[in-house]
Amino acid sequence: MDYRIAAPLDREMIKTLRAGDYVWISGTIYTARDAAHKRMQETLDDGQKLPLDWKDNIIYYMGPSPAREGRVIGSAGPTTASRMDLYAPKLLDMGLGGMIGKGKRSPEVLDAIVRNGAVYFAAVGGAGALLSRQIKQAEVVAYEDLGTEAIRRLEVEDFPVIVVIDSQGNNLYEMISQDNTV
Amino acid sequence: MIREIEVTEVTQNIREMCIQTNYFLSEDMACAMKEAAEKEQGALGKKILGQLEENLEIAKTDQIPICQDTGMAVIFLEIGQDVHFTGGDLQEAVEEGVRQGYIEGYLRKSVVGDPLLRENTKDNTPAILHTSIVPGNQVNIIVAPKGFGSENMSRIVMLKPAQGVEGVKQVILDTVREAGPNACPPLVVGVGIGGTFEKAALLAKQALTRPVGEKAQAPHIRSLEEEMLEKINQLGIGPGGLGGNTTALAVHINTYATHIAGLPTAVNLCCHVNRHVKRTL
Ligand code: SF4
Repeated sequence: MDYRIAAPLDREMIKTLRAGDYVWISGTIYTARDAAHKRMQETLDDGQKLPLDWKDNIIYYMGPSPAREGRVIGSAGPTTASRMDLYAPKLLDMGLGGMIGKGKRSPEVLDAIVRNGAVYFAAVGGAGALLSRQIKQAEVVAYEDLGTEAIRRLEVEDFPVIVVIDSQGNNLYEMISQDNTV
Repeated sequence: MIREIEVTEVTQNIREMCIQTNYFLSEDMACAMKEAAEKEQGALGKKILGQLEENLEIAKTDQIPICQDTGMAVIFLEIGQDVHFTGGDLQEAVEEGVRQGYIEGYLRKSVVGDPLLRENTKDNTPAILHTSIVPGNQVNIIVAPKGFGSENMSRIVMLKPAQGVEGVKQVILDTVREAGPNACPPLVVGVGIGGTFEKAALLAKQALTRPVGEKAQAPHIRSLEEEMLEKINQLGIGPGGLGGNTTALAVHINTYATHIAGLPTAVNLCCHVNRHVKRTL
């Protein structure tokens, strides 16, 4: 099925999404990748508050190339999600609604997605020029010193993704590889 | 006859090549992508390949990198033995070219200076520079920025000679299967067989810079390339790992002599943004 959905996410709506669905997201999403996740984890370990409330929000695992003058952002495709697997369950338990990345996730992340009724989307890896056109605004909102790895707030319009892991724990990559085991 | 080359010429060329290769996919790769889009059977796979073609067009018209991971700059310099570089330090001239290219070309700075302390160097240096001395008085420069989605899924295995070609096939297939969607398929698969531990890895990297579709010279290696491409495309991983029969665009295998006790086998995966550009000075 194809869907148009809004971000931040409506938790009831995302329960109806299924692995393999094609989804266009419009609204506000946030970027964070390796260094931002590491810093968030350290912040939590120190008993401090995170710079943002992740409730019902989407984190896009992405570090853009620099924007030319007058442009919103540079190339902006997904990075490999598994590097964030160590950190994701904690954030999901804190209310994070969805993640956009590319590639496989760990069993711990899958469990946390099911436990919290969340969703993992994939964007097409290596389509950073195409995806950048769907980003209408971008602003660094935390960890500016991390450069490309800072946390950015993005306003996106019809940002194309595919549901890989749905709230029931169906996993599109597993479904594909089972189809092909001979 | 000794030929003098100013190192600033090296800087200037590397600067341009870093930018060029991140905005425009070379003709061989663009053709391979087009061909794959025509042949892909999976519905989602076909859609993804269509998006990737559109992505290449947008990169050109918007003057924006094809992929935000503009890579670590891998550079091969084949230096004619009759060349004398003047006007400065060659290594520094290479770094300066990378620095200028990545800053002026709006390319992403993806390099940390120390692998454990992990502080970004903010200009994408240092580069990974491989030099070799060859006959003649020319200099070949190859710039091949490498993204790490696919680099991270690469591997090297020290096979036993008794494992032979079947062992090699297994390593190649296992590497691609385990990479699955992570390495941004469709892939170009670079394989190095033989040499020593480090030589095998270098052979695999060099195999990625071969024009896509150009076959190996030796008949037994050429048929191994063909067989592996077919087998990989039967894995069903497909474009973006979302299913389909285009998992790889090409398999390039480079070989070298090795020790009686060994069969080093390296598989260096590259995504569909397989950037490589060559110039001769
Ligand atoms: S693996 Fe290649 S296509 Fe994928 S994000 Fe890295 S550089 Fe881009």
